[in-house]
Amino acid sequence: MSKSLAIARREMRSYFDSPTAYIVVVSFLLVAGWMFFSSFFLMGRADMRSFFAPSPFSPSMMLVVIIPAITMRLVAEERKSGTIELLTTLPVTDTQVIVGKYLGALGLIFSCILMTVLYALVISSIGDLDWGPVITGYLGLLLFSAALAAIGVLCSTLTENQIVAFIVSFILCAGLYFVYYLQFFLPQTIAPIVEYISTSFHLDNLARGVIDTRDILYYLSLIVGALFLAVRSLARQHA
Amino acid sequence: MREDKETPMVQAKSLRKVYGATQAVQDITFEVSRGEVVGFLGPNGAGKTTTMKMLTGFLKPTFGSALIGGIDVGQDALAAQTRLGYLPENAPLYDDMMVLDFLRYVAQLRGVGENKMGLEKVCEHCGLLKVLGKDLGQLSKGYRQRVGLAQALVHDPDLLILDEPTSGLDPNQIVEIRDLIRELGREKTILLSTHILPEVQATCDRILIVNEGKLVADDTPDALTGSQAGSVIRIVVKNKSGFAIEPENLRELFSDISGISRVDLRDGEGTGTWGFALRAQGTEDLREAVFGTAVANDLILLDMHRERVSLEDTFRRLTAGNTNNSIMGENHV
Repeated sequence: MSKSLAIARREMRSYFDSPTAYIVVVSFLLVAGWMFFSSFFLMGRADMRSFFAPSPFSPSMMLVVIIPAITMRLVAEERKSGTIELLTTLPVTDTQVIVGKYLGALGLIFSCILMTVLYALVISSIGDLDWGPVITGYLGLLLFSAALAAIGVLCSTLTENQIVAFIVSFILCAGLYFVYYLQFFLPQTIAPIVEYISTSFHLDNLARGVIDTRDILYYLSLIVGALFLAVRSLARQHA
Repeated sequence: MREDKETPMVQAKSLRKVYGATQAVQDITFEVSRGEVVGFLGPNGAGKTTTMKMLTGFLKPTFGSALIGGIDVGQDALAAQTRLGYLPENAPLYDDMMVLDFLRYVAQLRGVGENKMGLEKVCEHCGLLKVLGKDLGQLSKGYRQRVGLAQALVHDPDLLILDEPTSGLDPNQIVEIRDLIRELGREKTILLSTHILPEVQATCDRILIVNEGKLVADDTPDALTGSQAGSVIRIVVKNKSGFAIEPENLRELFSDISGISRVDLRDGEGTGTWGFALRAQGTEDLREAVFGTAVANDLILLDMHRERVSLEDTFRRLTAGNTNNSIMGENHV
């Protein structure tokens, strides 16, 4: 675990030593803040439901774009520059490498999201904010982004081209996000299945303030599954 | 340590690597004993790098096994990897990291932690003290190789595997790195690949030559270049009698001397003179016999000297596809 943390620390430093982290954080805060507050004052209610709830015009949609951009370099860059050979011949397991890189990306993503806690503080100072749904909303948003990051790590192991890694993981993340909206066009028999595999359906539940173990299990299994495949994919490259 | 001093540091047991239809490495078997410095030679694409990657656990062999200090890399890669330091080809490094941060990172992943004394010693050893605060991306090729060496040394391993440690360096840097390797070789086992032949002669106790995925030689530099490998006698003769003589006839004349395995025509020193390179097998000095033959056939011997077979000759003989002109290279000084 300490080796994973060393890798995670390096990834975090690498984000914050370059403009990447600052561009990501600033653009997320700008766009997410604008998306949220443009409707917040119109509705005139002291809640953050619209901040957490999935929609094509929401902070979570912003994450669908940003997270693949954050994760694309994690393994692909190492494969391109050859440092993967250095890393995998050190006494670390493939699992430690993947978990470390995943945690490094999560560090940046979570710090991005948690900076918006400021919005909640501002709202609670001007109105009577119900903290329950806000906390479950954050739980949902963190789980949601952790799942996307796992998919992003997996895609980054598949290629040495960062652009390809970005496009593939963006398609997967956006697909899982928007498939929820397709259910109206689908027959009754498969609509619930499509609904269940959609990341936005589970996020919506948590945004409403409902903690359902199914939603949490869904995200956790997505994370574990994607990371497991990422470890296998990394191992296959030096087989 | 669970192995005794007798266990070889490196054992490659019929290593084979197949990529699709091409066999990059075909059944390479060798051992490196503790404390040896072994040079791994071969033309580009001969399978040196692939073999080294299998020894370090980066690639899994299609067949066969690699053992580091008696530990099978395929079964317990981590335990084997803690025993060795590896410098991959072209020294891939994280260009966005500072030298010191990078070495600390490697030390952490090596599990030697913030062993500051050790790190400082390694940096001093590799001449990195002046560049510790620089980004790796800004370093010159020579410094990059040194950082690559330093990262292979942070945990004070018994075995160093260095893939072309001097490629792309200028002559001064080559000498520096070579001196460093020789110094390290006093206490560590080193397996290094290169295609700079004088380097191997200068640093290695033993030479392995691979060609087209196969091991074609495994011997000491002396055995590959010295008297056992034979010698070359170079002569220039002049026709005393003034009659025209076909060089082919002369060539046959010299081939008939017992112990001469091969005769090649070389440039003479003006009209009426011919040069020859005679390859002699074994340790016997054949100059007397050559002189006798020349005198008996009314030839004036203008020049004669004997040379050891160079490593270059041996290398080319073993690795060049055609034997023509490859035994007696033109590159003698």
